[in-house]
Amino acid sequence: MSDPVSALGHAAFDGFARIREIGPLGMITLRARADLPALPAAVAAATGLGLPAVRRIVTAGDRSIGWMSPDEWLIVLPYAEVAQTQARLAEALHGQHHLAVDVSDARAVFRIEGARAGDVLMKLSPVDQARLEPGELRRTRAAQVACALWRDGDGYTLVCFRSVAGYVMGLLTHSAQPGSEISPA
Amino acid sequence: MLLLTCPCCGIAAEETELAPGGEAHLKRFGPGSSDDEFESYMFARKNPKGVHFERWRHTYGCGKWFLAARCTATLEVFGTYPAQVPAPPPEIIARIKARRPDWSPG
Repeated sequence: MSDPVSALGHAAFDGFARIREIGPLGMITLRARADLPALPAAVAAATGLGLPAVRRIVTAGDRSIGWMSPDEWLIVLPYAEVAQTQARLAEALHGQHHLAVDVSDARAVFRIEGARAGDVLMKLSPVDQARLEPGELRRTRAAQVACALWRDGDGYTLVCFRSVAGYVMGLLTHSAQPGSEISPA
Repeated sequence: MLLLTCPCCGIAAEETELAPGGEAHLKRFGPGSSDDEFESYMFARKNPKGVHFERWRHTYGCGKWFLAARCTATLEVFGTYPAQVPAPPPEIIARIKARRPDWSPG
């Protein structure tokens, strides 16, 4: 097997916030009707997590599951556990209409860390950072491309399509230039 | 700036997160319809100055279609509602009437 590589080879930038391209991170897109009876049990069996409420992401250890749309969830987990988790989902949802696709290599993941990490994103997304609740997964845009972000520890995790990883790294780098802070010190 | 609250995910989405989908509640005329019916389904739009029902898609969010009632002249939004309805729900009509007493659906 070839070794998985992250989109930008762990590119990093230190501005007024620290930007890091992380990964490879395992990601599974799960699509099914929300009222599928077997769904909560299948997700619990495969990931050990409960289904999140609307626009929420629940995390336990190195696994998370986020609400992406009324019939879509994003499971975030260690890269090596993707195949096994997919198999468990397929087993638990056998015969029921669903889709569980490995999208790990189709995405790029960024961490934005520091006391002013929110400032970096304020310039890029039409999101009111003050109203972003803890545990909220917000799908939005970063300048011209789609992304999803959530607060995690002392910073944010941002997921975008791998094909635009370079563009997003450029955006974040530019947005985090020292001297361009928004909020007062 | 237009802010529409997506009924699928509850986000008060700003205009740039959305994609417009034109007039709502169109009745489709397909094979078997008369030329006049098909022409009006295909091309004729209300384009009012005032209350308008529209389709919008939360493109950069949950990706779902929803419907909105707003005023094309003032950009006032009367409300948003799920797309799976054939006509505007009564509470939206009531809200429009409260703001535009002269307006009548139709």
